[in-house]
Amino acid sequence: MKRGITILAVVTSILLCVALYLALAQPDWPFGTPTERTMGYVQRIFYYHVPSAWTAFLLFFVNLGASIVYLVRRSEKADIVALVSAEVGVVFCTVVLVTGPIWAKPVWGIWWDADDIRLQSTLVMWLVYVSYLILRRLSTSSVTAVIAAVVSILGALLVPFVFFSIWFYRTQHPSPVIAHGGSLDPRMAVVLLVNWAAFLSLAGLVCWTRYRLEVAKREVDETQALESLMETSR
Amino acid sequence: MNPDPHNYYLIAAYLAAWVIHGAYLGILVRKYQKIRREMKTLEKQGGQ
Amino acid sequence: MSFFSIARATLEKDIRLEWRSKDAINAMLYFALLVVVIFSHSFDPTAEESRRIAGGLVWVAFLFAAVVALNQTWARELRNQVLDAYRVSPAPATPLFLAKSLGNFLFVVALEALMTPLFIVFYNLRAVGPAWQLIPIAVFGTWAIVVNGTFFAAISVRTRNREIMLPLLLFPFSIPAMMGVVNATSAVLTGEYSARVWIAMLLAYDVVFTVAGLYLFESILDAE
Repeated sequence: MKRGITILAVVTSILLCVALYLALAQPDWPFGTPTERTMGYVQRIFYYHVPSAWTAFLLFFVNLGASIVYLVRRSEKADIVALVSAEVGVVFCTVVLVTGPIWAKPVWGIWWDADDIRLQSTLVMWLVYVSYLILRRLSTSSVTAVIAAVVSILGALLVPFVFFSIWFYRTQHPSPVIAHGGSLDPRMAVVLLVNWAAFLSLAGLVCWTRYRLEVAKREVDETQALESLMETSR
Repeated sequence: MNPDPHNYYLIAAYLAAWVIHGAYLGILVRKYQKIRREMKTLEKQGGQ
Repeated sequence: MSFFSIARATLEKDIRLEWRSKDAINAMLYFALLVVVIFSHSFDPTAEESRRIAGGLVWVAFLFAAVVALNQTWARELRNQVLDAYRVSPAPATPLFLAKSLGNFLFVVALEALMTPLFIVFYNLRAVGPAWQLIPIAVFGTWAIVVNGTFFAAISVRTRNREIMLPLLLFPFSIPAMMGVVNATSAVLTGEYSARVWIAMLLAYDVVFTVAGLYLFESILDAE
């Protein structure tokens, strides 16, 4: 187990360094990346913003799966996976919501575009999962797993409504055209994928670590509870 | 790198991403230290 | 006992209890008035502007009033340990959820019925579009808030900071519903576009979350 984590840590570090180099490399450097014509050098925020979003959504999807498994099988492992994927998902989601406006301001002139479906939906999911984590923290420990699983499922049901409401609002109130287009040069696509691989690797590493931490924490809590029980019965 | 002022945004974004990840990893490290402390306490108690 | 007889019995009991505790009702009604007054002092638009923003103002006020109402109704249950009695009884949890939601719905609608004329007066509101549409908007919109509010209130009962947990869960989930209800109301008030699609979306939202709530309520109640 320990060997596995160390290997993953090394792989992650290498991937992150390579990804970072590719993201920042000027076109004339070795293995350089072309700079986007309209947006300029600042467009490279995209290499962090987009893969973080994909990773966050993947993690939230894992959370949904683990929650369903928990409700069906009541397996503690599923509950721990749900907790871990939610926490790490929120971390990546925070990165998306912070890098998004930092990218938008220099490129489109405004920090927040109320009509941007993806950013708004990401915000709502972030809110749902932060509330999910607070719920887990504040609830009575014997019921936490069930309640959290239920909230996760409700959160999944919410997603289509979030998308629809923002999309339909845009059709009724056409906003100043803010083109999110721009060509995706195949070399840029490669850099995007490399960054995604790096972030996935990071996510895997952090999740694995957090999982083991949670298992240890629960064991300690159980032992402590037993100890205090035995104390009182002496 | 270009002296373009927009580059400050780029640096800010990348820095922010790493600060956020770093903060979470910091939280994990603190949790780990706390668990280690508690395990040591339990071992001592078990030995009595 | 059948599903509907359980639901009806629970609902009647709740209504009777609310009616008997007139103090609580009067306090809530006065609270509703205060909310409208605060809003009217904070947002003082011209008649033209007010038609555009009134939808948002009114529904945010309703949302906050609903949270206070929801916290109230569950607080009473807890004081008398009614929830434990439900869990021990052989009656299924689903009609209980429906009855609680309906009871809360009636309570919140009563508050809205009081606040609406006050808003109309303070903001000089007049509907340019089809005013009858405000009825399905109010019904579907209020149900959207209340059905999730009742469900999350039941969840919050099992947490340490009950009163804050309810809005923490309810607000993110209500975002699409609020968009629907605010845009539909603005559509009717300004008459500039159609509220139909928003009303349909609210209906879909209500159906999805009512069914999900009915299905999952048993898990919440029985969680040990």
